[in-house]
Amino acid sequence: MTPALETIGLTHHFGAFCATDSVSLSLPPGARHALIGPNGAGKTTLVNLLTGVLRPGAGRILLAGEEVTGLAQDRRVRRGLSRTFQINQLFPEMTPLQSVSLAVSRRLGRDGAWWRRLGHGGAVAEEAAEILGRFGLSDAMGRRVGDLPYGRQRLLEVALAIAARPRVLLLDEPAAGVPEAEREDILAAVAALPREVAVLLIEHDMDLVFRFAERITVLVAGAMLMEGTPAEVAADPRVRAVYLGEGGHD
Amino acid sequence: MTAAPEETARRQLAGLARWRPAEIAFWVLVLAAYFLFPQRAALIAEVAVIALFALSLDLVLGYAGILTLGHAAFFGWGAYAAGIAAARGWEDPVLGLLLGGGTAGVLGLLGAPLVLRGGDLTRLMVTLGLATVLHELANRFTGLTGGADGLQGMNVGPLLGKFEFDLEGHVGAAYALAVLFLAFLLLRRIALSPFGWSLRAIRANPLRAAALGIPVRRRLVAAYTIGAALAGVAGALLAQVTQFVSLDVLSFQRSADGLLVLLIGGVGWLYGGLVGAVVFKLMQDLLSSLTPQYWQFWIGALLVALVLLGRDRPRAWIAGLRRPAERAAP
Repeated sequence: MTPALETIGLTHHFGAFCATDSVSLSLPPGARHALIGPNGAGKTTLVNLLTGVLRPGAGRILLAGEEVTGLAQDRRVRRGLSRTFQINQLFPEMTPLQSVSLAVSRRLGRDGAWWRRLGHGGAVAEEAAEILGRFGLSDAMGRRVGDLPYGRQRLLEVALAIAARPRVLLLDEPAAGVPEAEREDILAAVAALPREVAVLLIEHDMDLVFRFAERITVLVAGAMLMEGTPAEVAADPRVRAVYLGEGGHD
Repeated sequence: MTAAPEETARRQLAGLARWRPAEIAFWVLVLAAYFLFPQRAALIAEVAVIALFALSLDLVLGYAGILTLGHAAFFGWGAYAAGIAAARGWEDPVLGLLLGGGTAGVLGLLGAPLVLRGGDLTRLMVTLGLATVLHELANRFTGLTGGADGLQGMNVGPLLGKFEFDLEGHVGAAYALAVLFLAFLLLRRIALSPFGWSLRAIRANPLRAAALGIPVRRRLVAAYTIGAALAGVAGALLAQVTQFVSLDVLSFQRSADGLLVLLIGGVGWLYGGLVGAVVFKLMQDLLSSLTPQYWQFWIGALLVALVLLGRDRPRAWIAGLRRPAERAAP
């Protein structure tokens, strides 16, 4: 089966510093894959390479078997690669409904239309409402995004990415900064993501990683230290040494 | 909140496009002003021209978030295009208007890659530079533009082949208001469309806009081009209504006036440009009759006061009257 996302020998240097060192990942459709590593392991650089913020010095990126290595960010999204951000990147003055409706219009190729109003015909509104409902945001659809509690803004991050109906979804620390009381909502939303979407989770939170991931890649100093099931990763002495430390997960 | 979320969503989105009573009242007042003050027809036409210029600037600045100090380049281009056409026998005003707007739009499309290549500061400098270059070219090519003496000998034919432009400016004022209203309808459509929302999204957060798959650059080029074309229409309108074009249509002062109007009325909503233009022009008119030499002092004082008060304040008062889900429109 063609992988949903594949990287082959992905390499990137900042000057003499090698931030990404020959990383080869392969996510089948529907994968639940986590990328972990200590601070400075190159997780953010890898996300930037995958999404097109940076161009790799060497290596290739394939989306459903098609080369996207040289494509701009927005074109990768249109090919089915969506992302969320570690720090919320939302439209604070809009409502969740307006934001998701714009994302749905984009997916339908209607975001350039200037003659009809947003949501003309009702189909966009209905789909937006359905997506917001899935993330428990129905009651907040008409509020200003900037006024929502942080946890709900976090959910909207994921909802916006899902509105593009991606093949592959990069979740960049979805639970980062979320207060304890709202954490369960995020974990539940991540667990309930559509099964057909391949998810790459970049995360510090080991609890979330081990609850969610079916496979884990450990990144150290830009290179892949190992890849395996959560049990294999937890049992690996090298991983314990560099990352999990004394009180490793079990 | 017993309605189904789908129904609520549909209603909220449809509600954004609905004409509000305050909007209708505004345009009724505009119409009333035309009939109540026939002796001020020239002033009304001037207000309409400035309002249209401010609307075009708001699309570029307020919606797309492109900083510019040189929007007068397109205004002046449109004014000279229509003016020169009328001086050379192209007498039909509507054709002149389309010529001014169309060529200014092409100029905007060609200039967009230059303007959009850098950050905010670069954009300020490049737009300012382009307007200055055009100003100097107009100054230099006196054979075409009349240079510092202004363009003489314009001959604007009757509107729609029927209504001669009269000395009191009644036809001119009606013409200017009609063009303003049509342009407003167009911009209102654009502001409420997915394209308009994608511009707001880009202004608010280009990173997220690109992550939604929105082609940011293409959208900005489109917004800049439309803004340029409408500024060209505004310039052409001024040329036709006053039957004269002078170098100041390309001046920095012209660009700055546009910004000032938006500052008074508020950026990022269409009525900001309209209300701002009315306040700006009436104040200019009043102050210059009270203190002919020092009226700019009071404009400056108002500017400082507005910034200190917070320029979103008047807009927030008005927006506060609406339900939050409808706040952003049009």
